[in-house]
Amino acid sequence: MQSFQEIILKLKHYWAERGCIIQEPYDIEVGAGTMCPETFLRVLGPKPYRVAYVQPSRRPADGRYGDNPNRLYKHSQLQVILKPSPPDIIEQYLGSLEAIGIDLRQHDLKFEEDNWEAPTLGAWGVGWQVMLDGLEITQFTYFQQCGGIDLELVPAELTYGLERLTAFLQVRDTVYDIEWAKGFSYGDVRYLDELQYSVYNFEMADIPTLWKLFELHEAEALRLLGLYNPKASDKKRFPLLPAYDQVLKCSNLFNTLDSRGAISVTERVGVIQRVRRMAVSVAQAWVDQQREVATAEVAG
Amino acid sequence: MSLPFLLEIGAEEIPDWMIPGALESLHLQFEKVEIPHETVRLDATPRRLVLRAEGLPERQPDTEERILGPAKSAPAQAVAGFARKQGVAPEDLAVESTPKGEYYSFLKKVKGRQTKDLLAESLPGLILKIYFPKSMYWTGKGGPQFIRPIRWLVALLGDGVVPFELAGVRSGPLSAGHRRLGSPEIAVTIADYEQRLRDHHVILSAEERRHKIRTELAAVRVKPDAALLETLVYLTEYPTPITGSFDPQFLDLPEEVLVTVMRHHQKYFSVEDASGKLAPQFVAVMNIGSDPEGFVRRGNERVLRARFNDARFFWETDQKKKLADRKPDLAHVTFQAKLGTYLEKTERTMALAKELGGDAHAVRAAELAKCDLTTELVKEFTELQGVVGGLYARVQGEPEPVWQAIYDHYKPESMEDSIPRGRTGQIVALADKLDTLTGCFRVGLVPTGSRDPFALRRAAQGVVRVVVEGKLDLSLANYLADDALRDFLADRVRYYFKDIRGFQYDEVNACMAAGWSQLVDLEARLIRVQNLRASPDFEPLAASFKRIKNILQQAQFTGVGAIDAALLEAGPEQDLYREYESIAGQPIESVISRLRPKVDLFFDKVLVNAPDARVRQNRLTLLGTLLQEFSTIADFSEIVTTS
Repeated sequence: MQSFQEIILKLKHYWAERGCIIQEPYDIEVGAGTMCPETFLRVLGPKPYRVAYVQPSRRPADGRYGDNPNRLYKHSQLQVILKPSPPDIIEQYLGSLEAIGIDLRQHDLKFEEDNWEAPTLGAWGVGWQVMLDGLEITQFTYFQQCGGIDLELVPAELTYGLERLTAFLQVRDTVYDIEWAKGFSYGDVRYLDELQYSVYNFEMADIPTLWKLFELHEAEALRLLGLYNPKASDKKRFPLLPAYDQVLKCSNLFNTLDSRGAISVTERVGVIQRVRRMAVSVAQAWVDQQREVATAEVAG
Repeated sequence: MSLPFLLEIGAEEIPDWMIPGALESLHLQFEKVEIPHETVRLDATPRRLVLRAEGLPERQPDTEERILGPAKSAPAQAVAGFARKQGVAPEDLAVESTPKGEYYSFLKKVKGRQTKDLLAESLPGLILKIYFPKSMYWTGKGGPQFIRPIRWLVALLGDGVVPFELAGVRSGPLSAGHRRLGSPEIAVTIADYEQRLRDHHVILSAEERRHKIRTELAAVRVKPDAALLETLVYLTEYPTPITGSFDPQFLDLPEEVLVTVMRHHQKYFSVEDASGKLAPQFVAVMNIGSDPEGFVRRGNERVLRARFNDARFFWETDQKKKLADRKPDLAHVTFQAKLGTYLEKTERTMALAKELGGDAHAVRAAELAKCDLTTELVKEFTELQGVVGGLYARVQGEPEPVWQAIYDHYKPESMEDSIPRGRTGQIVALADKLDTLTGCFRVGLVPTGSRDPFALRRAAQGVVRVVVEGKLDLSLANYLADDALRDFLADRVRYYFKDIRGFQYDEVNACMAAGWSQLVDLEARLIRVQNLRASPDFEPLAASFKRIKNILQQAQFTGVGAIDAALLEAGPEQDLYREYESIAGQPIESVISRLRPKVDLFFDKVLVNAPDARVRQNRLTLLGTLLQEFSTIADFSEIVTTS
């Protein structure tokens, strides 16, 4: 039996062999691997890029105090971006499943339409949920737009739900029983995360403090974005990456406030708009900044 | 020589529900190329759209084109120039007279093009014109758009390839088999195409895939589900059903929830026992040929167990807070940004239910109807809204009319769906839909063309069906403040009676012209007019009524005063009047055969436009009275008569 970490290592190895940079998880809380700069910013612009990383993805509202066998506050996604998508992308993807020991002649594989949209990121794409014996194991998306910008090269994004995939391969009914490494179950490693974050997100997070934090991060992002000057020389020094970190902070605080039941209907739409506006501004500035970087590279 | 043609567009998995439409569109685009052919056959799997045609000519027929040259009066030099350009001597030119004068002309013979060339030129554009509700770029911004990336193209005319390139893919004789059971590249000819695919585990014909599923299902009592069957037919290239089972203890969850999980989330058929009750089994349809090791069955069983466990968890969690206690939470659920929250909608619907004649049960049901929107079960299975509320209300001891009304209040959700089963549910459904319609129209959220994001057409259709089929005696006009909404609803009324109930369009127009606010009454009048139509007197009488209406209009006759019997001329006029007096107040059915000859005779013998103004006025009054008397059922002048 392959452990959780062996499956991850095999998949990383598989994609490394296909030209992906293997990144480590981004070190700021995100709701999905898509939000990491390695995806959100790298898919913009004309430069080809391939990257794979495991991203712990936090969804405060999905927490279940460690009681529910399939639902997690923090689950692990393997995020793979191939920009532009190669013509044999699906073959490559199927190869990755075979690399972790799934004999696709003996299993039922279906690609069911599932389009993806992230309003807070101004992003959408079309694709499928990939079903293996009735289990959704991957979200497969051809990005069309990100940060409100039409993408020049169309990237393929593969998002593997690692806990589910492992539970499938290890034949476990609850994620807490999957073997993370020899002698350690998933529960041994993550149960306390699930329990404590559920308590915090649903019961103890201090709403005024979270709002204050949201406003501080928002203000910092807006301050930086306000200073960005497309006509400035040496634009590449401008800290857009740190500005984007502030946006990510806001997004996570919004999710936490939401799970705490602290966002009223009228506020909700407005707050989503605020986050989206910041994300879109960062994306636009980034595309502009990259143009200068590209010119500099050609000149150098 | 006539040739067969094969086009296979190989793509990544196309959404199942778009495939039949895409084939129709492909067919249409092919016909537009105007290449003569005998038969066309269209087929598809998720990974290929296929058009096969027989009897294409090798070459298109030759044609002639008349080219107009200089005017006859033009200098000889110009004429010679024109002739040279056409490659003939000036004396070979004809002279043609046109409205502008006489001109030299030349009949140019255009040799028909090779069909292969014409196809090679048209196919790329044709393929990209296939309509899909949503499409994508894959080669990059500004590149071709299609539903999913095109990965291979087979285009054969007879034995030869029709050469073209699209999105970096060159057409050729290579198709592809099933993703894992077949080979990724298989050489095909038109003759062996279907068999070659079959050898590589692709059943090309949807009908054959459908048949395979049906036949292999025959041993199991599955709940019939035509829509699910179609989904599975277009989701697979080699479908094989397998039966799995689940722990019978899940059967104590509501059947609605179990079926929804199986149907909508897992695309399984549910299974019944001999008595029609849900059995602890399901049928999944695989995209491979067999499951000898039971991997697929066990995998699906585990997924279903996890799903059912989730549902049970939600069901139990939701019970901790009663529906009634959830009402204040509706203040946090948006109905529509401009229309406020579901709490506000609930208050409005409660008031409207009462206004519509609803009793205390109806008001209670309206109060609780939307509370299930805050439950975990509905958040997870949104398609069960209403149903879940009804189930919770039942468990929580609400009276039967109340829980049933909550359960049913989204009904009818389609033309095939039934209306709510009881009067209480009908009132609540009506109030809910009318509130949605009124609100949306008030803030300008009006459907345009095919865009109807708030499903207002369905809501309006629901209003019509609930009132008519529930036989609700009420005047809709009282609840339609807005002219635009009134017109919108009138359209749905017309559609319902014409397209669903099968009344003739002129019958519907005629009856609606006499009022449609009371739909039950409208239905009764429609049935009467439909029956009347069988009478040989009907159409002639309708024609006479139309004539009367025209006469009154031309005379700008307004208002019906009293008829002065003394001014009536003896003979047909007095006869008609006496007839009218004797039958007034009686239903038209019983008097039509007596009335018609009198009307006919009147028009035969009597001049309405009498020279004496008083006589004329009196005659118009007689006709106006007659028209009014029999126009309460329908405006018969709207009837289209054959004579």
